This record gives sequence, C-alpha cells and structure tokens, in this order.
Amino acid sequence: MARVAFDEATKVYPGPVVALDHLTLDVADGEFLILVGPSGCGKSTALRMVAGLERISDGTISIGDRVVNDVPPKDRDIAMVFQNYALYPHMTVEKNLGFGLRRRHTPREDVRQRVDEMSEMLGLQDLLRRRPGQLSGGQRQRVAMGRALVREPEVFLLDEPLSNLDAKLRVQMRSELKRLHDRIGVTTIYVTHDQVEAITLGERIAVLSEGVLQQVGPPQDVYDHPANVFVAGFIGSPPMNLLKGNAAGGRIAVGEVEFVDRQVPDGEVLVGIRPEGLHPVGEAFDGPVFEVSVEVVEPLGDEVLVHGSIEAHAAEERREAEEVALLADGKRDRATITLRLPPEERPKPGSRLRVGVAQHKVRLFDAANGLAVEPR
Amino acid sequence: MSAVTEAPVELVRPDPRSLAGETGMVERPRRRLLPFDPWHLFLLPLAAVMLLPLLWMVVTSLETEAQTFHFPPILWPGTPQFGNYLDVIRDSAFTRWFWNTTVVTVTVVASNLVLCTLAAYAFARIRFLGRAFIYFVILATLMVPLQVVLIPTFLLVKDLGLLDRLGALVVPNLVNVFGIFLLTQFFRTLPIDLEEAARIDGASRLSILLRIVVPLSLPALATLAVIQFLWTWNDFLWPLVTILTNQDAFTLQLGLATFQGSHQTQWHLVAAANLMSMVPMIVLFLLAQRYFVRGIATQGLKG
Repeated sequence: MARVAFDEATKVYPGPVVALDHLTLDVADGEFLILVGPSGCGKSTALRMVAGLERISDGTISIGDRVVNDVPPKDRDIAMVFQNYALYPHMTVEKNLGFGLRRRHTPREDVRQRVDEMSEMLGLQDLLRRRPGQLSGGQRQRVAMGRALVREPEVFLLDEPLSNLDAKLRVQMRSELKRLHDRIGVTTIYVTHDQVEAITLGERIAVLSEGVLQQVGPPQDVYDHPANVFVAGFIGSPPMNLLKGNAAGGRIAVGEVEFVDRQVPDGEVLVGIRPEGLHPVGEAFDGPVFEVSVEVVEPLGDEVLVHGSIEAHAAEERREAEEVALLADGKRDRATITLRLPPEERPKPGSRLRVGVAQHKVRLFDAANGLAVEPR
Repeated sequence: MSAVTEAPVELVRPDPRSLAGETGMVERPRRRLLPFDPWHLFLLPLAAVMLLPLLWMVVTSLETEAQTFHFPPILWPGTPQFGNYLDVIRDSAFTRWFWNTTVVTVTVVASNLVLCTLAAYAFARIRFLGRAFIYFVILATLMVPLQVVLIPTFLLVKDLGLLDRLGALVVPNLVNVFGIFLLTQFFRTLPIDLEEAARIDGASRLSILLRIVVPLSLPALATLAVIQFLWTWNDFLWPLVTILTNQDAFTLQLGLATFQGSHQTQWHLVAAANLMSMVPMIVLFLLAQRYFVRGIATQGLKG
C-alpha cells in the first residue's frame, strides 16, 4: 500500500480551461478519501491524473515515494473502477477478473486461485461463466470492483462507482464498500458528486469546486465547520440556511432579529444555520427567534422538512440559478429557510412558527469572500 | 451480500417498442385483418422481382443449348442437364480460374482486414501530428474513380514487373481506403473507457487492439470482409487490363468472358459457370450474417 500525494497538481485543457488548480492534498497509507464536488469541479480529473489517464500539466503526483507524472498507468500499481464499470463485454466474468493478472504474466494457476478468492469474497462464484451483458447492475458493479481488487493494487481509485445503481442497491453497496475497505485496507480515493455518499463513506472528505480545493477533513468536521459558503451550501441535505446579516459592535442583525455578540469585525456577514439548528420555541425562549411563515412541508417519515420564509435577505450569490429564480419570485425582502423537525412537531402549510436558533450551531461567513469568520 | 437479493438477470431484452416510458407511446392492441404483416404484401412481389433473374439463370444452366434459344422462353427444361456443369469444368480451365480468384481474393481480404485495422485504430485513437490532415487526404482519394488512376496504377504495376501475374491483382489492392474509413468510424464509437480500463490493467497498445478493439469490432470487420470479397471476386476491369496473355493467371471473371465468343455464345454453359462462381459469395454471406446483427460493444457498461 502507499500514500498518494498531490503537490500543486494542475490540469489545464486547451482553451485554456483550468480543470484542476494547484491541488495539494495528502492521502495517507490505507486511508479512504472522498473527493466530492458538483459536476465539473475537477474531481474526476484529479482521479484520472492519479490513474495516469490524464497528463499532469503542472505540479506533481506521487504514489508512495515515487513521482508518477511520467509513469504509464500500468506501472503505477493502481486499479480503477469506472462509473459505467467498463467491463469487457466479450469476455466472461472470469476472464474479466483475470485480464489484468494475465497481462502481468501471472502464472495460470495463480490467476485462477486469485480469481476464485476474489469471486468468493464478492459472491460472484456462480457468475464466472456469464458475460457482462447477462448480469444485473449490482452484479456488474461487483465484477468491476473485483477486477480492480484482484490485482492487489497499491491504490484503489473509484470514479462514481455507485451512481448507476438504483437507490436501494446504492445504500447496500455503500456499506459493502466500507466493509471491503476495512478488510483490505488499501489506500482508496473515491470520487462522487453525492454529498451523502461522501459523508457516510469517507474517513476524510475533500471538497472541490471549480478545480479548487475548498476544504479537507473528517466528514463531521466539514459538516459542523464548513470553511466557506460553498462547502456550507454543498455538504448537508438540505443545505445550510444562509442569511445576510450586519455586524456592528459585536451584535449581528438579521432582519429584525439580533444575535448575541461575538468576536466579529463590523460589516456585512452571512449567517449560516443548519436546518437542525432551528426549533419551534415558546414565549419563554430568550435567544434569537425568527417568525417563519410555513410554505411547504415535506414529511420524510423519521423527520419533517419545513420550508418557509422569514423577513431577512438570503445570501443568493452562491446559489444555483433556478434557486435564485425561485427566491426572487416576488419576495425580495424575504429569505427562504428550511427546518428539520421531528414528525410530531409537523406544522401546517400557511401557519406561522416561532423558531428559536441554537446559537452554538450558528456559523458566520465573511460576506465579501465567503470564508468562515470564526476561528475553529 | 447475496446474489439472491439481486434483481433477476435479464437474459432476454424486452422489445423496446413495448416500453411505453422509452418511446412515449403506449402500445395499443392492434386489430389484425391479415395473419401476417401488411408490409409483406409489398415486399413479397419485390422479392420475386429480385429473384427472377437468378431463377432464370438456374433454369438456363439446366437446359440444352437449343432450349436456351427457344421463344417464348422455356420455364422448366423437361430433363435437367446437370451435365452442363461437368462440361464447364472439363472443357474449360474453370478450376484454374477458380483457384486463381480464390488466392487473390483471400489475400486481398486478409491484408485489408489487417492493414485497415491498424491504420484505422491509429486514426481513431492515437494522437499524432497531422492526423486530421492525413485522414482527410486519404479520404479524399475515395472521390477519385478507378478509371482516372487506371493508367498510373498500370504503369506502377508494370514497373514492379507484375504484369500478367496474380501479383498485379493483389498488390494495388492490399489496402482499401474505404476500409480505413469504415473501421475508423466504427472504432470511434467504441467506449473509450474499455481501452482505459485495459491500459490500467496493463495491456499494451497492440494488446488493447487485439484483445479489446478487434473482438468488439467483429460486425464492422465482417462487413468489410464481405464488401472486399465481393469487389475482388467480381472485379473484371482491372484483371482485364493487367492479365494480358497469360491464361494461367486468368481469374473467374476473365474466364467467364471467354465463353462469350464473337460468333456464338453457349448460354447454358455461361449460366452454369456463373452459378458455380457465385457459390463462395453465398456461403460467405451466410457465414458472416450473424456478425451483421447489432454489436455487443456496449454491454459491459452500465446496466
């Protein structure tokens, strides 16, 4: 096994389009690291650069102690699972699994033994004579993983491996992947655009946006302390509520509501509150309270998502275009806000709710550059 | 994990027309007036028109010489003259022509499959300086008709000392631009992921070509083989120009032409010889037919 180190790794496509911008990131030996970000953020490019499928424009990538910039893919001792699995359609499962070993002149007996072991581990024994076209999606997925793992690579690369599975199978494969990694302990880099997958799977997650690394850390850390507005909006579903506020003399005003003083420099700030940081409260509550007009209620069974609006300005700059359009729909002076409530506290659409803010869950961001204000 | 919880394996593809979601149309139970598709009413007469000349040739090949000139044409000879076929084989150098044609055709088809594959793979997948330009220039030669290059090619073949020899028929046809074009376009449609996966698995370029690309391109290769076979087997003009006097180097098409004398043509023998010369093409077509059906190149991808 080996560590993987990106050192100022940059990828520029002709145009020029910067797909990956000076990425510096260390993946420890045996670690499960997730690269997550919206589509086009450069995460797949980063992975393909490790695999050797994309040339590195600038900077270096090392596997173990070796800089691999000019090492062809087959000599990097990596294995990759593709989004669409890329199984060889004309070969049986057995041949697919053994292809890499045979190309490396592994003795026939060894190939058979390792293919047998791997197929047993992944429950593929009964499928060895089948071709990919005769397998279900989940089975193909496992064959693809088996083909990569059977070579016992130093580094295991996965490019959105679960995105083609249906929701139920995805959850099942997710836990299976985690167990597999615990068992084999191979250094793994996993690319996904699904932040739920990222949070549940990774030991550490690295959030990318527009080719730039936004934040790296354990999932809970990234969730609790997003480094900037982008991460705050991307990690977590539904995303963090972001409201415009004004800090003056250690107090922050959001619409009519005031937050207690903090070590905040005066000026415009963005106040971030997770949906679970908001709770209906009675008159006795002495913290900051929003009057929420409930608009949409989404019961999810174990919890209820409540979408409403408050008298404040939303931080719209970083939102998706269609979201902005929705927000601007005739209520510029109102901000949408989302709450996560237990099902028994489900409000009626059209009602008004007094919602208190758990102050310790409030995160502040500089309105000018979007960076988190408070020291972590 | 257990395979039991998986969705059942789909061995049979559902008819896409029955998938309402895919086409946006709902299949309505149609009331059938006929026990077959109405299209057949149009296709059957068409098929008959296509088959008629062939049938006539078969009939002619079984007639006596006198019957071939009878008017109105005789639709069925009373006693089929199978001896006509023996006459052709015995009285002419038919077996020699057949052998020559086979040698030329097999060589040309084989070399085209190999060389066009190599060239097409390079054009489809390898980046090199001037790739687009060279491809364009090569394609442009497709627009030049044979008659235009007939004389220059003839002179080249003459300088190579190949006139009157089978080599004259083989060498200029070792690689065919159409084949490069056909295969390049096909290779470009193959999923690049498969080749990248093979690269990571440790396969070399040649290994990728032989183990991944070629097996997935059998429909295209079969098409090219059949087309090239037909062209070479039936070629008359080029052999006529380059095989001048050496009867031992005659191909079937040249040989068949000798049946047509300036004073008299023995049509029953012409028909018999022609039918025999068609057999390899029919066999080849039947053999290659199963490769023409849709390729399987995308079956390893997402489900």
